[in-house]
Amino acid sequence: MDDIYKTLCRIVGNEHCSNRPEELFIYSFDLGTFEPKRPDYVVAPKSVEEIQAIVRLANENNIPVIPLGGGLSLAGLAVPLKGGIIIDLKRMDKIIDVNEKARYALIECGVSQGQLTSYLEQHYPHLTHSEPGAPPAATMAGNIMIHGQGDLAHPYGFTSDMICGLEVVLPHGDILRIGSSAINAGWFSMHPLPDLNVFLGWYGTTGIITKLSIKLFPAKKIRGFGTLVVEDEDLVPEIIYRITHTQLCEDIIAFSRAIPPFASGLHHITVNIGADSEKELEFKQEIIWDDVLGEYIRQDFAGYLGFKRGLERPQVSKTSDYKKGGGFEYVGGIMPVETYPICYKKGREISERHNIPYTVTARVIGAANSMMFAWTYAFNRAEPESIKQAREALHETDGLVLELGGVIWKPGVYGQRLLMERLDPVTKDLMKKIKTLLDPKGIMNPGNWEIF
Amino acid sequence: MTLNNFPYKDIIHRCFRCGYCKFPVNWTDVNNCPPYARFRMESYSCGGRLWLMRAWLSEQLEWSEHLAEILYACTTCKNCEIKCPLRFSGDIVNMVIASREAMVEKGTIPNKVKTFLENVELYGNPYGLSKSRRASYLYDSVERFKRHEYLLYIGCAGSYDDRAKKAVLALTIILKKGGISFGILAEDEVCDGNEVRSLGEQGLFEMVAQHNIEMFKKNGVKDIITFSPHAYHVFKNHYPAFGGNFKVYHYTHILYQLLKQEKIKLKDSSGLKITYHDPCFLGRWNREYEIPRKIIEKMPNAAIIEMEKNRDASLCCGGGSGNYYIDLLGGSPDSPARRRIREAYEVGANVLITACPKCLIMLNNAVKEEELEGHIAVRDLSEIVLDAC
Repeated sequence: MDDIYKTLCRIVGNEHCSNRPEELFIYSFDLGTFEPKRPDYVVAPKSVEEIQAIVRLANENNIPVIPLGGGLSLAGLAVPLKGGIIIDLKRMDKIIDVNEKARYALIECGVSQGQLTSYLEQHYPHLTHSEPGAPPAATMAGNIMIHGQGDLAHPYGFTSDMICGLEVVLPHGDILRIGSSAINAGWFSMHPLPDLNVFLGWYGTTGIITKLSIKLFPAKKIRGFGTLVVEDEDLVPEIIYRITHTQLCEDIIAFSRAIPPFASGLHHITVNIGADSEKELEFKQEIIWDDVLGEYIRQDFAGYLGFKRGLERPQVSKTSDYKKGGGFEYVGGIMPVETYPICYKKGREISERHNIPYTVTARVIGAANSMMFAWTYAFNRAEPESIKQAREALHETDGLVLELGGVIWKPGVYGQRLLMERLDPVTKDLMKKIKTLLDPKGIMNPGNWEIF
Repeated sequence: MTLNNFPYKDIIHRCFRCGYCKFPVNWTDVNNCPPYARFRMESYSCGGRLWLMRAWLSEQLEWSEHLAEILYACTTCKNCEIKCPLRFSGDIVNMVIASREAMVEKGTIPNKVKTFLENVELYGNPYGLSKSRRASYLYDSVERFKRHEYLLYIGCAGSYDDRAKKAVLALTIILKKGGISFGILAEDEVCDGNEVRSLGEQGLFEMVAQHNIEMFKKNGVKDIITFSPHAYHVFKNHYPAFGGNFKVYHYTHILYQLLKQEKIKLKDSSGLKITYHDPCFLGRWNREYEIPRKIIEKMPNAAIIEMEKNRDASLCCGGGSGNYYIDLLGGSPDSPARRRIREAYEVGANVLITACPKCLIMLNNAVKEEELEGHIAVRDLSEIVLDAC
């Protein structure tokens, strides 16, 4: 048994450490199209101290360290590109505190979004968080790490904008706290100290987030969504602009997909509304559907599919079965809302060229300051040609995002390279300096955000 | 068997590994898949297991003892099938069983599984105990089946395990009190084969099933009461494929009828704070969630407290698919049975009731391991009903 393995076992316990082929096999895969790469070890720590010890060991021995949350980024962000130690963080799953009055939750990095949702529903039904559209197993830390968005993205922005504090294990093993918690003043705010947050969007290349404080929001007693359908994609930006002007909605999503075939080419705009009373709901409904969208319906530009009570949580993994093949991956672009029509047309073209049923989805972020536009490609995991086609479509779409004036969201290595080719030299240089300063040996999730 | 002739070769790659299968119905935690809860490594998750099996069947991964243990750690509790949003979800457990069949075919199964199967073949029970001792503690008090209305099928755990025996004894007393005409097959009874089937020994399962069916027919059995939900499941759902079409009841069905018809009456049960643990083969597999609860509700003044994970969301005790014997999930505070006992204790119950001998054994041991003796007791539904009769 090698010394590194023995030490890792000592740190996390034999049962939570492996260098056996079965674990190395499973942890070599991303769920998307990314080629698998074997780690050398897999560990599943339970405490911050264990993570510190692992990182120190890795640093002393120049071994790559790859933090893994729910493993659902689908962009190969936690694939051990240069081998090393995969740190599966899901055992760090304590909800440490919910501050009801200040509306934030302090959680460990392995808490899944489903766990937080369930906990709040049970113990604080009047509070909610911005639930990502990902499966419930996606971790909150993973979601902020990739600048994810949830079902309150319209009023409150990216999930990473909802952070009130972070605890990070730095590449040499020290613990850093950011925000009000840095002066032991609780975990309620990221501001007003000088901003040291160089961890979000970095995929663990600058440190491992071990705790986060995340904002909670009022959970309205009645939550539901209405759906508008339009045939003309050119109308979508205008409709979104008008809906967002009301400032009455929780979430706004536009989507179009080839399956089911009867809906192909149509654009659905779902509008989530929350209300504490029937009166409030009626008021909001009236403004949104009658005053703002009524003219589209009356002029036959749009159809109203009605309002449904209750949140319909998307089961995105169903997309993986479009080709009866257990796989899908998507490119997300943070795009100006006015690009919706061209995003749709080009995305559909790419899908059809690669023989993949098209699926495009756009979630409004902030006051329509941007949208996350996703082009999704299903593939059959059992057919190498299908994987290749999807990968080509994804790469083509990465290029499309930039061509259309957007920024690739959670880019994989390919997308990172495209972005870096366009990155402002001063920005790029500072990124490089930050990385070198924090991780001089380059052990943290190497292969990602490599700046030459 | 290779991937090419694997019966689910067109499905096994369709798991995306989204992880819904780890959750109970309401997403409380990711600990509702027993092996994943125990080890918390992706290799032990339902999706991880399917990906590993596909890799093994397609020769991307070599067989190892560890691989076999990962496969056999699945208790076939069906939580994954309930939670999976994809269309092939109804075949997840079938894929696990078919993978085990492939391992059985190659003769590469864990030693304890091998012993389990050999014992069933040689002795008619997994414990390797003499046939003559099967349910022998009942011989003086229960008649041998002979034109009775019901065959009471005791099963292996109820015949040999000391803890389960107490529950069977209680059941026989209640049935007699209720005037039920029943008999047992005594030493002629043979393992029901449910675990044999789920461990992947299809040949032995067929042999056992055919033997039992012939035995039942020869004795003129038409109606069967099973003590174990595992036997109930296999008799009801798998024996018909071999011509075994019997009317099968789990004993809770009969107890409920007796209570409804007031053939037995329950007395004051104040002081009991009861929580009910749904056995997987009664609940998730056969959708019987309410009858046991209705029985408990008939206990005057007993307080009934539901654990958060109940019915579809119930956490398996970790004993299914032979794990009450092969025990690949034991030895840790994260073992499913210990997790379950803590859940029962934390809701304030002083009695956890179940209706399955495997659950009874697993959870009873877990009380000791958690050092909760004196704080919470594990009882079979038959025992608690007898106490109140």
